[in-house]
Amino acid sequence: MASKYDAIVIGGGHNGLVTAAYLAKGGEKEGKNKLKVLVIERYHKVGGAAMSEEIYPGFTYSTCSYVCSLLRPEIFRFLDLPRHGLQVIPYEINSSPNHEGEGIVTYSDHDRTRESLRRHSIKDAEAYDHYAAEISRQCRFIKPLLMVTPPDPTRLNPFAQNKINPWGKRNDLEGLLKIGREFGRMGEKQMYEIIRFWTMSIGDFLDEYFETPRWKGFAAASSIIGTALGPYSPGTAYVLLHHYMGEVDGQIGAWGFARGGMGSVSKAIASAATEAGVEIRTNAEVAKVIIRGGKAVGVTLGNGEEIYARTVVSNADPKRTYLKLIEKSDLDSIDPDIHAYAKNFKIRGSSGKLNIALDGLPQFAGLPKESAWGTIDIGGDFDYIERAYDDYKYGSWSKRPFLDIVIPTTVDPTMAPPGKHFMSVFVQYVPYKLGEQPWTPEMKSAFEKDVLDTIEMNAPGFKDLILHCQTRTPWDIENEVGLTEGNIFQGELTLDQMLFNRPFPGLGQYRGPFDNFYMCGSGTHPGGGVMGAPGANAAREMLRDFKHGVV
Amino acid sequence: MTHVQHLKPFLKKTPFHDAMEAMMHGAGWIRWQGYYSPAYYDSTQSEYMATRNGATVYDVSPLIKYAIKGKDAAKFANYLVTRDLSKVAPMNVAYTAWCDDDGRMIEEGTLFRLGENDFILNAALHQLHWLNESAYGFSVEIEEISEQLAGLSLQGPNSRAILEVLGVQGIGKLPHFGIMETIVDGHWLRIDRAGFTGDLGYEIWVKPPDALWLWETLFRLGDPYKIAPMGGHALEMTRVEAGFILVDVDYIGSHHAIRPTQRVSPIEAGIGWAVSLKKDAYFVGKRALQKEKAEGSSRFILSGIEVEGRKPAPGAFLYADEKGTKELGLTTSAMWSPLLKKNIAFAQIPMAYTKPGTEMWIEIWYPKEKKIERSMVKCWTRNRMFFDPPRKKEIV
Ligand SMILES: Cc1cc2nc3c(=O)[nH]c(=O)nc-3n(C[C@H](O)[C@H](O)[C@H](O)COP(=O)(O)OP(=O)(O)OC[C@H]3O[C@@H](n4cnc5c(N)ncnc54)[C@H](O)[C@@H]3O)c2cc1C
Repeated sequence: MASKYDAIVIGGGHNGLVTAAYLAKGGEKEGKNKLKVLVIERYHKVGGAAMSEEIYPGFTYSTCSYVCSLLRPEIFRFLDLPRHGLQVIPYEINSSPNHEGEGIVTYSDHDRTRESLRRHSIKDAEAYDHYAAEISRQCRFIKPLLMVTPPDPTRLNPFAQNKINPWGKRNDLEGLLKIGREFGRMGEKQMYEIIRFWTMSIGDFLDEYFETPRWKGFAAASSIIGTALGPYSPGTAYVLLHHYMGEVDGQIGAWGFARGGMGSVSKAIASAATEAGVEIRTNAEVAKVIIRGGKAVGVTLGNGEEIYARTVVSNADPKRTYLKLIEKSDLDSIDPDIHAYAKNFKIRGSSGKLNIALDGLPQFAGLPKESAWGTIDIGGDFDYIERAYDDYKYGSWSKRPFLDIVIPTTVDPTMAPPGKHFMSVFVQYVPYKLGEQPWTPEMKSAFEKDVLDTIEMNAPGFKDLILHCQTRTPWDIENEVGLTEGNIFQGELTLDQMLFNRPFPGLGQYRGPFDNFYMCGSGTHPGGGVMGAPGANAAREMLRDFKHGVV
Repeated sequence: MTHVQHLKPFLKKTPFHDAMEAMMHGAGWIRWQGYYSPAYYDSTQSEYMATRNGATVYDVSPLIKYAIKGKDAAKFANYLVTRDLSKVAPMNVAYTAWCDDDGRMIEEGTLFRLGENDFILNAALHQLHWLNESAYGFSVEIEEISEQLAGLSLQGPNSRAILEVLGVQGIGKLPHFGIMETIVDGHWLRIDRAGFTGDLGYEIWVKPPDALWLWETLFRLGDPYKIAPMGGHALEMTRVEAGFILVDVDYIGSHHAIRPTQRVSPIEAGIGWAVSLKKDAYFVGKRALQKEKAEGSSRFILSGIEVEGRKPAPGAFLYADEKGTKELGLTTSAMWSPLLKKNIAFAQIPMAYTKPGTEMWIEIWYPKEKKIERSMVKCWTRNRMFFDPPRKKEIV
């Protein structure tokens, strides 16, 4: 069983590719220890949820994720992604149509935004800068936490048996002190604010600033995207932050389009990885991780082929990894709790996606024309969102869903023929199963119809422009993309599943329960989104173990 | 095509816009809180000189104005700001700071007391959110009334003479920081004797429909008195000479500071005189400011400095020694004063250096024929009010 490879990466999602590229380059400092890496991807191309595909002739769809902000600038630069073809173009407008009156528009220009908000409420327009400053303060605290392994406070206990991370101890202490210092520097008031913010609901937070119901519903958008929570569920304020902590060219909170669709991100990372010597195999599904004597030694593919390596790292989500790819008996021989952790891991899918080819640009009700150049959120006040959430809670898709729409082709000349457009429609809330029933084709068309009707209501004439529509439920996303239950973040972003508890208690530092086994996907800290941080952090921990001779 | 092709113009025009536009000869518009505001008309130098020589007119309409009224208005205002308003009689202006609970300054500006329980707060930044929050428990009505009044600041040695020919009775008796209301040719005017230039000067408020009448009349009658329009660039020069601080230039407003250490107290911002620790009533930030005063824990005081030589020193570091081993602070505003023939600046310096005449060193980087050069020269602490002519407060 000669191992040809230093590392096998299970899954070619953008995080798996980042891990592979970092390992092959020998870490951020481009060390001597350049590892030989194989990426194994089940689909016919890499990218996972960051994918561009020509589903309808002449149109490129961003089939899952659709906008970019979270991708860490450190990774962008280290892998020289622009040279590998990646270009991110920020957009400056967010809006929400209104078929009964004036819609809401915000711009990157605060003066313009204030002017636009004043039409709804002077009070809200005046509160806007206060709100924006508070969000910036929250971002400032979280930013330094992204590109580091989360320190685990339990490791400071001298009696703990550090089966998993014998090298971590000192780093945990230093890491905690560093966070403590950052935290302390915020000043008392802000320290309280941060703790409040990380645990409160977005509804309560916005109520402290604003009065207009529709504006609050609009501002809450980023805090429900991808979650199985409603606007008054505790923890949703953090999800908002998770969508604001990104940046484009240092502009915190800005989002942009990846030229050529989100697949361009994966394509560029794959190109950097390949250049560094990484081998990528597509159309190859890993069936099992081979564990021998408490160590991961390789993988078995679906066709029975066995490939050995010194380490194995999984880009698949925690549930898929620990419940499908690893034998329960292997887990139980280390600690029976792990199986339970995996079973109880919250990974409820709540989002669907429609990808639509359009014959022209739709016009949204109550909005100025320029709105089409950014995100268009169809929703309403908290009641609208709560009602949408109620449908979901009781096992159905939202009959009047919240929709996050972008038309990247307003900016990107490469994704559709001139004058035609690609429209990405992110749908909240959509369940993984309908009650206990699986999705049927009839149900799926009924769902699609509800979404299209909702858009038509807010953009009269829209339906006449449709050339083709691809509809994906969480069920489809699980089966086609490999995200368990279709959860977009590879696991809910709630405090119980964050930092050193992500994915599970005791396994929050990218190391699995077996020697030589690691995790690198969005199911690890700092979580979901096209960010690359989990992948880069995992590679750093792996390289450290190589250096210490643990591997 | 980008979104830009579809954007509609949104900057608002003040009621004086058309009159100002007629005199605009450069690409002189800048933004001020969502309004068109003149940076300069033709040359900053001529506008600056006109202010110090005759009189100039500057459009202050974009100032954000909040009316504070109601049974508890006086109590509330006194709780909100650092000055003791029991000492400010109706029809007077109080320049004051207002702080957060930590005694860090949110902003400073003028508060008009029009009646016992009738105030207007003038702010550069949006404050309604804070005003509403602080008003909890007080019986007051707070309203944003920015567009209900249009205002011109008439500043300079001839400003009073111009108001006299305009027919404003009793203008000579209006004290510094006094307010009066009058009718001229059937037009209602509110005049306060204050401004941002440190000279004799007035702010004239009218109902927006009367704005162009006011402008036209001032320029017609003021012509023999060397009246001229002024833009923001010239105003900037005069306000530094006068020693006035500016939010987000000389200090950061505490509500939008991202790092808590960036916030400053009014004492640190060099307007400790506007903090009335003795006032009976509690005011927001009082406890923290009392503590700062008692412990002498101010990290620095924004002071005036005079710099050797002629090279302006914006963003320059100050040192205790020529070698630059002991850093003292940083300048926040700086200019060569054509009037005073002095190189002046505001700098954050430790308390021990605030006595006028204290010598320090300053490191200036300046452009010279496409190169950047460095010079280390002496500077001295000065009273920040570099320009303070007796006529500013004179009663005739
Ligand atoms: C509909 C949708 C919209 C989204 N929108 C955005 C957005 O606009 N912006 C944003 O930043 N984020 C968005 N996200 C979230 C973001 O796309 C994901 O969090 C991120 O792409 C996950 O990356 P990953 O590398 O961690 O995992 P994945 O992309 O899930 O990659 C895992 C890879 O492993 C492969 N795999 C799984 N099992 C096996 C196996 N047994 N053998 C071999 N290969 C296997 C899968 O095929 C997949 O390629 C969205 C997600 C979804 C689903």
